[in-house]
Amino acid sequence: MFGLKADCFLEVPERYYSMEDYEGSLARWCPGCGDHAVLTAVQRVCREKQLPPEKTVVVSGIGCSSRFPHYMNVYGFHGLHGRAFPVACGVKFRRPDLDVFVATGDGDCCSIGAGHWIHAIRYNMDMTVMLLDNEIYGLTKKQTSPTSRVGQVSNTNPKGSFLPPLNPLSTTLGVSNVSFVAQTVDWNPAHVFSTLMAAYEHPGFSFVRIMQRCPVMNKGRFDSEVTDLGATLLLKHDKGIPLDEKIADAYPKVIEHDPSDIDKAREIAGIEDTIPIGLLFQDRSRPRYNEYGAHNLAVSPDERLSVLNREFDRYSV
Amino acid sequence: MADKALKPLVVDEHIVEIVSDSGEGAQKAGQSFGALSAKMGNGVWTVEIIPAEIQPPARSKAGASGIRIRIGSTPMTNMGDQADLVVAFNEQVLYGRIDQNAYRPGTIILLEDKWAQSDVDEIRESYETALADLKKRGFEVCEIPMEEECLKIVTDASKGKNMWVLGMLSAIYGRDMETAFNQVRRIFMKKSQQVIDNNIKLLEGGFAWSRANLGLSFEVPAATEDRNLVVMNGNEAVGMGAIAAGIEVCSMYPITPATSASHYLADVFTSAGGIIHQAEDEIAAIGFAIGCSYAGKTALTVTSGPGMSLKSEFIGLAVMCEVPLVIVNVQRGGPSTGLPTKVEQGDLMQSLYGQHGDAPRIVLAASSIEECFHFVITARKLAEEFRIPVILLTDANLATGVQPFPRPVPSREWLAGPIDQSPWKKDVRPYEWNETTGLSRRPVPGQRGGEYILTGLAHDEFSRVAYDPASNQRGCSRRSIKLATFQKSLKPPKINGEAQGDLLLVGWGSTLGAIDEAVEKARQLGGKVSSIHLRFMSPLEPGLKEIFQGFNQVRTVEINYGDEVTDELVDSESRRYSQLAWYLRAKTLCDVDYFSNVHGQPMSPRLILDMVKQTLSLSEGNSKENQKPLNGMEVSG
Repeated sequence: MFGLKADCFLEVPERYYSMEDYEGSLARWCPGCGDHAVLTAVQRVCREKQLPPEKTVVVSGIGCSSRFPHYMNVYGFHGLHGRAFPVACGVKFRRPDLDVFVATGDGDCCSIGAGHWIHAIRYNMDMTVMLLDNEIYGLTKKQTSPTSRVGQVSNTNPKGSFLPPLNPLSTTLGVSNVSFVAQTVDWNPAHVFSTLMAAYEHPGFSFVRIMQRCPVMNKGRFDSEVTDLGATLLLKHDKGIPLDEKIADAYPKVIEHDPSDIDKAREIAGIEDTIPIGLLFQDRSRPRYNEYGAHNLAVSPDERLSVLNREFDRYSV
Repeated sequence: MADKALKPLVVDEHIVEIVSDSGEGAQKAGQSFGALSAKMGNGVWTVEIIPAEIQPPARSKAGASGIRIRIGSTPMTNMGDQADLVVAFNEQVLYGRIDQNAYRPGTIILLEDKWAQSDVDEIRESYETALADLKKRGFEVCEIPMEEECLKIVTDASKGKNMWVLGMLSAIYGRDMETAFNQVRRIFMKKSQQVIDNNIKLLEGGFAWSRANLGLSFEVPAATEDRNLVVMNGNEAVGMGAIAAGIEVCSMYPITPATSASHYLADVFTSAGGIIHQAEDEIAAIGFAIGCSYAGKTALTVTSGPGMSLKSEFIGLAVMCEVPLVIVNVQRGGPSTGLPTKVEQGDLMQSLYGQHGDAPRIVLAASSIEECFHFVITARKLAEEFRIPVILLTDANLATGVQPFPRPVPSREWLAGPIDQSPWKKDVRPYEWNETTGLSRRPVPGQRGGEYILTGLAHDEFSRVAYDPASNQRGCSRRSIKLATFQKSLKPPKINGEAQGDLLLVGWGSTLGAIDEAVEKARQLGGKVSSIHLRFMSPLEPGLKEIFQGFNQVRTVEINYGDEVTDELVDSESRRYSQLAWYLRAKTLCDVDYFSNVHGQPMSPRLILDMVKQTLSLSEGNSKENQKPLNGMEVSG
């Protein structure tokens, strides 16, 4: 940032990042897709925190959700279906200087990626995870998702789905070492932004489930929730997601919830008649695997060679 | 009887086995004996005998656990043929070995005699019956009171009998006891002083008893004055190779027989700037490694066949996205769960073609324990230079076999350089494929201006998704041409023997030593046979067709499945070939045949020699015994 140039001028270059600095190619999601709002929110977070684009990495799997990295001008890893988490963990492991975001979807995370999801929670590596949950498989054209409600009509369940959905919040809260669980909805961009800010700031695996509209494959699913604010339960607390008073006041259903209370958090996660939004749980004290990964970064080449020689001594004839 | 130092019988080599039930420490004793012998200048090759279960039934054929140690006054490169001396903790485990033709008339068997006094009638009877049978088969059986003698030193003979046996073997072969004591101290260094002291006493006990009671003494003169050697198994060598290469992350999931490489590294890696990451499964392991590579230094993942199958999709991604990666496959018996602890070279085709679509990658095959070390370094460099995953094939034989080799001289040049964080050069594309070579530099996160979105989707040089015909053709061709670029730097393989002859044997992987030995013996019988051994499987070493044309017949020697021509339904239309033969036929358009089996064991020189003799109709010469090839395979003339 600052440096003394050879000819003794004090150089103070100002690198200020505006929204444009984080814009990649034009987003190709359908008009009305909730992902657009999330993209904007993430770009706002980057600008707010002035994250150097070269130090920002967005990792995704496969799905509409996972097209996310392409629309940002940062380092992106658009990988394999269900496998964003192992890659994201690998990216972060020896690079404490990088800011890692994960964009995943209900199929990518909760179906094929379920195994990695569970363990990623437990690794608790410092990254911001966005589960873009539209309760349907969009990109492959309307199949049932693990988070689809019972009776969801799809191309693989034309008579409506049979099984009750997986609850991503309950699942995440049930895994050892969980440290941050929040939920928000794409149609409240201010809340999305605040939630992602809190998620970014949290030093651990920040799991944010974003209920997301899919106007083409899951048409109408959230229509009533968008118009009726009473369909949402707003979680409030000093330690929770801050929200502008004017916006918060519009919510008829509000509860005070201390995010350090995991039992209450699990109860809230199980609520079915409204969508709770806010910070369900946070614990900054849980062990973080990325700290283990970064603990021995500074071993010099000479040290490495001396370890090698020591090993040869041990194994010498 | 007074302790008399017998005049030893001098031999060129001896093959010693220790067989027992699982958990009795036969392998530890054998590995020590091998290490000890290497320290005294012998050529050494050891091979483990491992049952698949952790605790199989005691006193059973299937439960036989143990080790073979071949020591010689020349370098030992393979497990040899029949054993000369065997220490057996019970008589049942011997039958497992006898079934595998491991012994011959005249093999000395030193047999634990406590079973003769067993309370259980069945055991006593089984012992007596076996004793008689073993003698009838021509083995020289000596009953040894191992348990009895151990109980004079410790209260629990099951913990320590193996060290007593080591003492006995040390006496028989005149091993230096001070070296043996140091070996024992090293093995038990993590245990209490009491444990170390007891084991030293057991060692001395076995030595003293042997000297006083056993009229056996052999001398295997040293092979070399050079003591600047290291001795280890192939998995340890892979681990050391990772350290030497400056690799910082080894991401794995436990799988037999690969895991011990990670166990070795887990002890020392952190001080060398590395970390072992045990992932939740094989797929996560390679995903994690790819994430590490993408964000910095090339990472390593180690597995075996089933793990390779699981990693398949990610390997394809690494090829498509040109992420450098080193993958070590310690092959085992397949297919499917197969034979986890047995030897096979069955993953060649999978390593070459296991992905959907065209996914060219580099494949190397180590043929010795020394190569297990050096090839990891080579693999990392190639992965980075060519921006490609590199698969390094080893196998269960190399993984657990122990052999000394010249101590490598560490070089800074081996280590990976620091991650480039300088600003990315403006206007250089993330996949700026060189017109001729297909090579390109890769941006690493942190390089300002190098931001790109890596994607497994078909893409152009900007890493933008591109499905049009020209872009896809170009992408595939550039990724493919990297192999041609590398291939141009390879030299034809060296021919072991004359460039012209009746038969050429082609091998790869751990069969090197056995093939060399068989070829040498065959040539002594007048056979016009030569051999070559491949290390580079993808791309292949050049000049093969030309080499093949110097011989009347070309036959691969490999441990993987190929149809037997004697089967009724097998003809030229229906025949399924062993993997290297199949590959070489396609590559060279030569009528390459194969000599193969899936017996789960290393090939012995005898087996290969018999095949060569049959193929070339060589006379028996001065072979010690008539042995049929184990797989009974008819060799087409």
